[in-house]
Amino acid sequence: MRFIIAGIAFGFILIKSEVVSWFRIQEMFLFDSFHMYGVIGSAVLVGLIGTMLIRRFNIKDTSGNEINIKPKDNSLTKRYIIGGSLFGLGWALVGACPGPLYALIGTGYLIFIVPLVAAIAGAGAYGVLQSKLPH
Amino acid sequence: MIYELLLNPMPWYVAGPLIGLTVPLLLILGNKTFGISSSFQHMCAAVMPKKFPYFNYNWWKDGRWHLQLSLGIILGGVLAALFIPENYTINLSNDTVSSLQAMGLTDLSGFVPSELFSWSALGSLPGIIILVVGGFLIGFGTRYAGGCTSGHAITGLATLQKASLIAVIGFFVGGIISTYFILPNILG
Repeated sequence: MRFIIAGIAFGFILIKSEVVSWFRIQEMFLFDSFHMYGVIGSAVLVGLIGTMLIRRFNIKDTSGNEINIKPKDNSLTKRYIIGGSLFGLGWALVGACPGPLYALIGTGYLIFIVPLVAAIAGAGAYGVLQSKLPH
Repeated sequence: MIYELLLNPMPWYVAGPLIGLTVPLLLILGNKTFGISSSFQHMCAAVMPKKFPYFNYNWWKDGRWHLQLSLGIILGGVLAALFIPENYTINLSNDTVSSLQAMGLTDLSGFVPSELFSWSALGSLPGIIILVVGGFLIGFGTRYAGGCTSGHAITGLATLQKASLIAVIGFFVGGIISTYFILPNILG
């Protein structure tokens, strides 16, 4: 239940701040407006301070467990360059990343069911091909 | 008063910090590392054969929270729809408006261009490239890279991971290719 509520807050903010908008994504990649950079930049800054405070004061989660942030595999490079660029191609075409795909469907843009289903199929294709791809 | 305030678009300096708070919030709520594209993997793991290692795990136990978060995001979109005024138009920069008009887009109202995001667009090649190929690349690319905007650009950069910096550079390489080369050519 708590994750559904966190999702509701997150989805609401994604829509109201217009970061779900294809127009805003175009504007970002055309470097015509600060809006998207402001959202992502200040989100990173607050996330950085938040995680630093958790580490510094050894804050526990609600069940009293030690908090551990799942690290990415920093020993690899290819998967981030190739996978990241492929995602970037899709991000600018659809004008939405995974969170906004869900939010837009909720707001009533039901056509985004098509890229969502295609994205799930893309994840499936990756899972099947994983052992053959360079990482 | 509050209703009227909520009708306005949320400025970046309110939305960004609130989105950033999601990272520590999910860690404290349940030791969860923020990310959204993993939900695609879990939905595949629910139906795909276990002979592929990528799907061979307990998706319900490990992935349920991602799916709950995704469901919540849809519901958040439903809630936000109550606070979108009629004839809503985004206040875009003039340069972007000119670029979009040069690509032949005339309707810049709402959140997305109606000419590209409609069921009838599925009958045209540009519509299929944008909706189907674009969607496929979102799923394939994020899972290949192990994260999307939330997992890499926000969580990964906030925790100073080299992998995420490389991934975000990749996001922009791909995004710039689509924006400057692919879209103007398929729409122009």
